[in-house]
Amino acid sequence: MSAVAVGHRRFRSATAEPRAVRWLLIGFTCAFLVVFLLLPLVVVFVQAFAGGIKAYFAALADPDSLSAIWLTLKTAAIAVLLNTLFGVAAAWAVAKFEFRGKDFLVTLIDLPFSVSPVISGMVFILIFGAQTWLGGWLIDHDIRIIFAQTGLVLATVFVTFPFVARELIPLMQAQGSDEEYAALSLGAGGWQTFWHVTLPNIRWGLLYGILLCNARAMGEFGAVSVVSGKIRGASNTMPLHVEVLYQDNKMVAAFAVASLLALLALITLGVKTFLEWRHGDELAALRGR
Amino acid sequence: MQISIRQLSKSYGSVAALNAIDLDIASGELLALLGPSGSGKTTLLRAIAGLEPIDGGRIRFGDIDATELSVQERRVGFVFQHYALFKHMSVLDNITFGLRVRKRKYRPAREEIRRRGEELLKLVQLGGLEARYPNQLSGGQRQRVALARALAIEPRVLLLDEPFGALDAKVRKELRVWLRQLHDETGYTTVFVTHDQEEALELADRVVVMNAGSIEQVDTPEAILRRPATRFVAEFVERDAAGQYTAAHPPPPRTVHERVARAVRVG
Amino acid sequence: MGAIALPQLTRAPSRRRAMPGFGLTLGFTLSYLSLIVLIPLAALAINAAGLGVGGIWKVLTTSQVINALKLSFGGALVAAAVNAVFGSLIAWTFVRYEFPGKRALQAMIDLPFALPTAVAGIALTALYSVPTVPSPGQGWLGVPLEALGIKVAYTRLGVIVAMTFISLPFVVRTLEPVLEQVDRQYEEAAATLGATRWQAVSRIVFPALQPALLTGTALAFARAVGEYGSIIFIAGNLPNLTQIAPLLIAIDLDQHEVGAATAIAVAMLALSFAILFGINLLQTWTRRSERRTA
Repeated sequence: MSAVAVGHRRFRSATAEPRAVRWLLIGFTCAFLVVFLLLPLVVVFVQAFAGGIKAYFAALADPDSLSAIWLTLKTAAIAVLLNTLFGVAAAWAVAKFEFRGKDFLVTLIDLPFSVSPVISGMVFILIFGAQTWLGGWLIDHDIRIIFAQTGLVLATVFVTFPFVARELIPLMQAQGSDEEYAALSLGAGGWQTFWHVTLPNIRWGLLYGILLCNARAMGEFGAVSVVSGKIRGASNTMPLHVEVLYQDNKMVAAFAVASLLALLALITLGVKTFLEWRHGDELAALRGR
Repeated sequence: MQISIRQLSKSYGSVAALNAIDLDIASGELLALLGPSGSGKTTLLRAIAGLEPIDGGRIRFGDIDATELSVQERRVGFVFQHYALFKHMSVLDNITFGLRVRKRKYRPAREEIRRRGEELLKLVQLGGLEARYPNQLSGGQRQRVALARALAIEPRVLLLDEPFGALDAKVRKELRVWLRQLHDETGYTTVFVTHDQEEALELADRVVVMNAGSIEQVDTPEAILRRPATRFVAEFVERDAAGQYTAAHPPPPRTVHERVARAVRVG
Repeated sequence: MGAIALPQLTRAPSRRRAMPGFGLTLGFTLSYLSLIVLIPLAALAINAAGLGVGGIWKVLTTSQVINALKLSFGGALVAAAVNAVFGSLIAWTFVRYEFPGKRALQAMIDLPFALPTAVAGIALTALYSVPTVPSPGQGWLGVPLEALGIKVAYTRLGVIVAMTFISLPFVVRTLEPVLEQVDRQYEEAAATLGATRWQAVSRIVFPALQPALLTGTALAFARAVGEYGSIIFIAGNLPNLTQIAPLLIAIDLDQHEVGAATAIAVAMLALSFAILFGINLLQTWTRRSERRTA
């Protein structure tokens, strides 16, 4: 090394910002995210436990709360199951075959994402509401859709419709059909090919889609709010029950139920991050990274 | 198994991929489909396998009219260009897949399946690697697994799509010799697709030169080199092959090569 | 050739696809799509047609509706703009710098997607309101802001805060992958040519990010426009002031005013689809310019 000092200025990479700028940006990002994103989450738990642990569990053990939790689980289970079946079928049709109008079909699948949740619920009132011919007939025959679980399921299915499909379509398109053709050439039938070859290849993407679909299904508020009628103990899901308790000024109870939903969000984020970290190469959401 | 193809046609929209192809492949023959990309060689191979729907024509395997048979019913051993190994299955599970998905009536016992899988692994010189997964194998090893998997179903014919395309030059040469030996041992009617003249001329009993969906010439490597039937064949084959063998790289004195080398020197 | 005698060819050649399941999967896809999405949306269109242009116009021109639509679209525009700026800074920090806790913060970015909107709504309200009775967690931000003379809860600012919260992930999530792929060679080249760091970033990096930034901002805007659950709590329900368009729809439905609700919904959807169309155009443009830089 040369004994002559070339200068005292530290070398700075051509693609790095001055240290002050760097720390300013890092500081801003951390502060903003903590205050703007994290604080609301903290508030949920602080308020939920404001009356002590006993009050917290008492609020959750309330029969109306329990029935809301049960209804949410049932509704989400049906919606997720249906949309998963649809997502797999749509992805198979789009990824494995060429047909006219395919791009249009893919656009249509994303449609519910660009519809306001309130409108998503409203369209089912337009079909099944008491003011329609069909609605009148249903009332005459004592079949309840609006203000009942069927309506909740329909609205939830509409809102969560694209999640699994939009994850699987690009994934299966990227993976191609070579392995499926290989299985077919070896004598496997259609279902055997799907179960033994396709499903194992898309399992993480499928799980990812189901995870996001479920989080939205359990947490959906606007769409179910207009079709539910908010009948306590009957057609109230957890998010709707949170609203009812909040309007009744039962803060501890409202935030206690909300804390369960926040917990669901945290678990979803945790599993999602794990999937992205461990199986990122098998997720369409991360392609191109 | 003898293959005969009559008036086989296939078009994508207005583009003809296969133009009323007639071709007879003798039983036990090793045949190369040679041509530039877009010449229809892969489409022809996939049509023989039943992977590609066709617009018209007939395909026969010996006494069987295969035209209407599904890909499963045709029982062809197909080796895909990028092998299409099942990523989530071990080598042994990959190889025995075709046996395991059979209807119970036709499915061998579990022990028998395992035995046959191991036997095939030995045949492709991969004994001891049965528990590995495809991503733990080298390119050449994957290729052999793909071949063993295709052989496991005791195919009527063996079809290979660019079998050496994804391998580096050294491995490619080794596998070529090995494939020829394997073919001579097993006696399967074998068709492979390649865009590499050297590969086709060195390896095959006969070469089919294709261009724009039509067959330009079907002949032995010597004949193709000595008496190209069309201007296209002459231009496509001679330029490179001559350069390969006469000047820079004299061919190694192996039986497989000798034939070609002799032909080149004479021509 | 032609040594084998072939029978007369009478049957049609095989046109069947080797891959099974076309009819089954496409049939199911189309039926399900029609039942769940297309027929319900068609019902909306039919109802709107029943109202007629005059009927819809009458609903839309009441001051309450005009103000609600203005707030929904105007507020969403502000929220999207805020997110464009802050989201860019956050994405830059995530991609270019290493610091403790980065992983956790990156995972948290998607919180507004994962957190049910009603929960976000009551949490934001508690945080930004000024409590009349002291309660833990309530007014943590509302009280200090009030001291500065800024009122958030039950004002239009509150609506914008909720909209910004709910649409924050879009810009960050859209920018991150694009920024990761920006080749640093271009910045180095700019530096060797004498450009300052700021010039290199603003003239070399930023243009490469611009299409993705526009896409992310448009997505954030679209989400904020339709948002309901996280806004209604912090907004209160002040006619002409803090009522958003989806809230008016919900109120109309509650009062069995299906016609009025339909009119507002159709107006919102028409505007939203115009936005969706714009996003699609933007994405084509993004892809094309990516190809140009590649």
